[in-house]
This record gives sequence, C-alpha cells and structure tokens, in this order.
Amino acid sequence: MVTETTTPDITAVHASLTNVKETRGVAAFRIVNVVLLTLITVLTVYPFVNLLAKSFSSERYIAAGQVNLVPRGFNLDTLNYVVSDPMFWTNYKNTVVYTVLGTIISMALTTTYAYALSRRNLKGRGVFTGVALFTMFFSGGLIPNYILVANVLHMRNSVWAIVLPGAISVFNLLVMKSFFENFPAELEEAAALDGMTTYGVFFRIVMPLSKAVLATMTLFYAVSMWNSWFGAFLYLDKKDMFPVTVYLRNLIAAATQSAESQGAADTVQIGANIQSVTMLLTVLPIVCFYPFIQKYFVSGVMLGSVKG
Amino acid sequence: MSLQEPVSVTSGPDVPDVPLAPAGVPGGAGLGGPPGGAPPRTSREQRLRMQGKTSWRVALRRDWRLYSFLVLPLVFLLVFKYVPMLGNVIAFRKFRPGGNPFGDEWVGFHYFEQFIHNQQFWTVFWNTVILGGLSLVIVFPLPIVLALMLNELRSRRFKKLVQTLTYLPHFMSIVIVAGIVLQLTSLDGSVNQVITAVGGDAIPFMQQPGWFRSIYISSEAWQTVGWGTILYLAALTTIDQQLYEAAKIDGANRWKQTWHVTLPGIRPTMMVLLILNIGSFMAVGFEKVLLLQNPLIYSTADVISTYLYRVGIQSAQFSYAAAIGLFESIIGLVLVLSANFASRRMVGASLW
Repeated sequence: MVTETTTPDITAVHASLTNVKETRGVAAFRIVNVVLLTLITVLTVYPFVNLLAKSFSSERYIAAGQVNLVPRGFNLDTLNYVVSDPMFWTNYKNTVVYTVLGTIISMALTTTYAYALSRRNLKGRGVFTGVALFTMFFSGGLIPNYILVANVLHMRNSVWAIVLPGAISVFNLLVMKSFFENFPAELEEAAALDGMTTYGVFFRIVMPLSKAVLATMTLFYAVSMWNSWFGAFLYLDKKDMFPVTVYLRNLIAAATQSAESQGAADTVQIGANIQSVTMLLTVLPIVCFYPFIQKYFVSGVMLGSVKG
Repeated sequence: MSLQEPVSVTSGPDVPDVPLAPAGVPGGAGLGGPPGGAPPRTSREQRLRMQGKTSWRVALRRDWRLYSFLVLPLVFLLVFKYVPMLGNVIAFRKFRPGGNPFGDEWVGFHYFEQFIHNQQFWTVFWNTVILGGLSLVIVFPLPIVLALMLNELRSRRFKKLVQTLTYLPHFMSIVIVAGIVLQLTSLDGSVNQVITAVGGDAIPFMQQPGWFRSIYISSEAWQTVGWGTILYLAALTTIDQQLYEAAKIDGANRWKQTWHVTLPGIRPTMMVLLILNIGSFMAVGFEKVLLLQNPLIYSTADVISTYLYRVGIQSAQFSYAAAIGLFESIIGLVLVLSANFASRRMVGASLW
C-alpha cells in the first residue's frame, strides 16, 4: 500500500524490483477489491432502497412482485393512511418520551459511576468495577427479571419498566471510565487546591471538558432506547403506551399470522406498503441524523477499545 | 514489611487494592476496625498507610462525596442485576404466581430433570448450538475480511463511503431488520423476484424449516459486518509500517505480508472479540429469532431463549423456564471463562 519510500537506499531499490513483479497481480487485485466492495455496499443498501420504493408503490405492483428499486404506481395514499392513524402518533410520541427519559437516567447513572471508578485512589475501586463487569458475563435471565419487574416491583404498564432495567450499559460504563482515567489530573488538583469539592470538580471542571464523550454516550443510549421493543412488549398491555417499535411489530405479526392461517401465498404481502411506510417513519430520525453523528459512534467504540 | 519509604500514591493503590477489598465491601463492616489479629508492632491503620493504602474509615471520611456517586448505580446493579441472579433459586423451588417471588417450596433438581427428559428441549438446544456455531464460523470472520479489503483501498473517499453505508444497518431496530427480512423473503419479495427472473419457482422461505438458518445468518451478516470492521480498522492503523518494509526486503509478496504481518498485528483484537462472541454463543440473537420465527418453522427456528420465553412468560411455567435459563447462563459463563483462559494460555490475549 505504501509505495512512496522515504529512504532512498536499498529499500527503494528493492521495492522497485519487487514492484515490477507485482504490478500486474496488484492491479488486478485492486480492481477485484473495488468491485467486490461496491457489490457489498450495494447489497447492504438495497433493502433500504427497496423499503423506500415499496412505501410509495401501489399494492397491486407489490403483490405482483414487481417493485424493487423504484416505486411502481407512485402514490402517497399509504403515507397518508399511516400518518392519519392517531395511534401511530401516540406510539411515536411514547418512543420520544421513553428515549429522552431513559437516556437521562442512563447518563446520570453511568457518568457518576464511571467518574467514581476512574479515581485511582478510590478504595474498593477494583470491587466496584468487578461488580459491574460480572453482569456482562452472567445475568439473571429472562424469567427472574420478569418476576422482579412484574411481580415484585409492580412496574407492569409503567414507564419505569421500560427505562430502568437496562439503565447502565457496562460497555458504555467502561468507555467513560477509560475516558475519565485519561483526564489530565493537574486540572483537578488545581481545582481542589482552590477549595473545590469533588462535586465542584465533577460538575464544573470535568463535565464541561468531556462534552465529546458525553455526546457520544448520549447517542449510544438514545439510539438503543429508540430501537428497543422487547421491554415494552413484555411489560406493557395498554396500546396507548406502546412505543412505535411495538406498533410496528404488531403490524408485521398481524400480516404474517393472517398469511399463515389462510395458507394462501398472496396474502403475505397484505399491508406490505403499510409496513414499509411505518418502518420508514421509524428509522427516519436515525437516518437523518446518522451522517452527522456517525463519527461520534466510531470514536466511542475506539475509546472503548483503548482499554481492551 | 519494614519498608519505610512512602509508596507513591499514583502507582501504588491500583493493583494491591484488590485482595484487601473484600474484607469490607460496600457496607460498614470495614468501619469497625481490624477484624482481629493486628500485628504487634503497628496498628492496621499505620501499616496500611505505610503501604500507601488507607482504611475504610479514612477513605470514607476523605472521599464521601465520591462514594455518594456510587450509591445510585450500585443500588441499580443490586436491584436489577443481582436480585434477578438470586431470583434463579426459583429454578429449584416451586413458584406460584402471586406467591413468594423466590418460590414456595424446595423441589431440588426437579425442573432440571424435567427439561433434560423433554425431547423438545433437545431440539431447541441443538438448534441453538447450530445457529450459534454458524454465526461464529461464518459471521465472525467476515468483518476481518472486510476490514482487510477496506485497508487496501487507495481512495479515502471511496473507503469513507463504503464504511458509512455498511455501518447503517447496525443502527436499525431489530424490529425493522426483521420486517425487512420478512419482506425480502416473502413470495413477492426481492429474493423471489431474482429466482423467478432466472426461471425458478418462488419459494415460501418463511414456511420451510430448511431455509431459516441461511436467512438468519445472512441477516446477521448484513446487519453486523460493516460495524464490526471498526475495531479491526483501528487495530490495522497501529501496525508498524516498518514491519512491512522489512517483510518486503525479505521478499514477502503482498499475500505473505498480509499473512505474516497484518493478521498477527490484529490478533489481540480478534481474540478479544472472539471471546466475547463465544460468551454470547448460547444467547443467539433472541430478539431477532423471536421476531422472525413462526410455528411452521419451529423445527429449526426455535432456540433455547425463545422456547423458554414461550413456556415461561406465555404459559407461565416460571420455575421450569428459569431452570432452562439458568442452564443457558451457566453454559455461557463457562464458555467465556474457558475461551478467555485458553486464549491467554495460547495467544496471550485475554479480556482480563
């Protein structure tokens, strides 16, 4: 890959010698590589394009299996149909509320925990870290969790069942911890000398200087909260409390079930356009923000890998 | 013991802190002073100070604000992580809805025997092993290959574009992924469009058990391959370019350079990710399988987690399902511990 050699000695001579031999093979490889990567990218994107095409196609063409890249029988009826369902908007609003509330709770718990764990002179640091780490590899499992939330804490049909059980992601915790560990100690020491308490240092020095990592973690939590469905599916019975993911899940399940029960092939796609529009509207916020926030996600993962 | 020089505060406490800590975990046990056996010459407090450590009493007084940060997260972990772990006792005790959440009467291994003698359990067990094994063998190496391919690209722009677009599926809700998969594989979906275009007959994929594994693995690859490259790409940038120069001088062609320089360079990353993957082996994409499966294809598409969801939550056989869940968690824990151990012994890379 690096063909420009900086030292004009034996290396360069040698490289030029070997280059002669390799040129053809390398050139062929380059072309194959680019073609393959293009193919992979196209395959990755295709389902989204297909979704978009189906959203604006008429049912007739979808059922005939004629919709792939561009809408056939273009219309906005399906879109109008979905957005005129008040339940869709109720559920969409719920998703927004759960995402905001869940993210705030998660961030509060994760940030304070990570900061305390990052202080090297904290006694018991190893144990407090281990307590969190262990939950990564062993969990209570579905049934005990369900009994806890539903029977012990009586959180069925409450927003707390959605936002509390998964509040701390150990992965995010470790990322933040390693970020705070690399925080320049001089700043905090100087602040402490000025008479600032731990609270002062944390809220007025550390937080303002950690905006990048805070933004990244907020995005991680917000996206996973936005996308989550199982907690709601498990603990909520009231339709008007569902997040939009459960609304969508029920839509898909209804379509699949009707297909199975009738055993008729052509009913599978009933509502395919409705499903498509609903999916489209659900991913829309993420796809819109995605180009701008992608680098934060990548940096967040990198940060986590520093520590291994 | 007789060392008098002060140990530096920054380097000292981290490691030697651990063995002492269990003596007085979060509670106040450590506050009461040394639990007997104080050496004759110095008190525990003095001894600790000499080693650069502090007692709990001093630590709490000095850092109480810092400890206050720990309170809520620890309560959270206790309630939502550790209580459910204890809740697993219902696997050994008969649970009645509305009764004691930890079960009413001790039944020993009754529920374990019940599922071990259940034919259906073994079907879902093997489905899980096969699906997990296929993910590990097929899906796990793909990001490595893709990262190597991306690494060979000259155009930064094209690389960026491929990355941006292949990361995208990672951010989709599993509900959306399942919805997309069901649409693509339906009779009038894109896959069947291709099949009929080349003269084949449309296949009702989601009604034939034989197709489920291929579909699941493909969707897994689609969703995770791009995002999975990030850590490998990061590891690739840390490889010393001089190693490539040296390999060239030794007459290594590009394949040999990849094999002898690049792959060893990213091996620690590979091992860590492999261990993590092995740890989640038994949990194979529970949510996705649950969304994709239907009764017609249970013979291949039903896995341990979805089975225990059905018998546990839907049929309310809590103790029976908890026994299966505990079995699954323990296998997962054993797998991750042994993978970590083996990797540390053989490759020198490990999680901890």
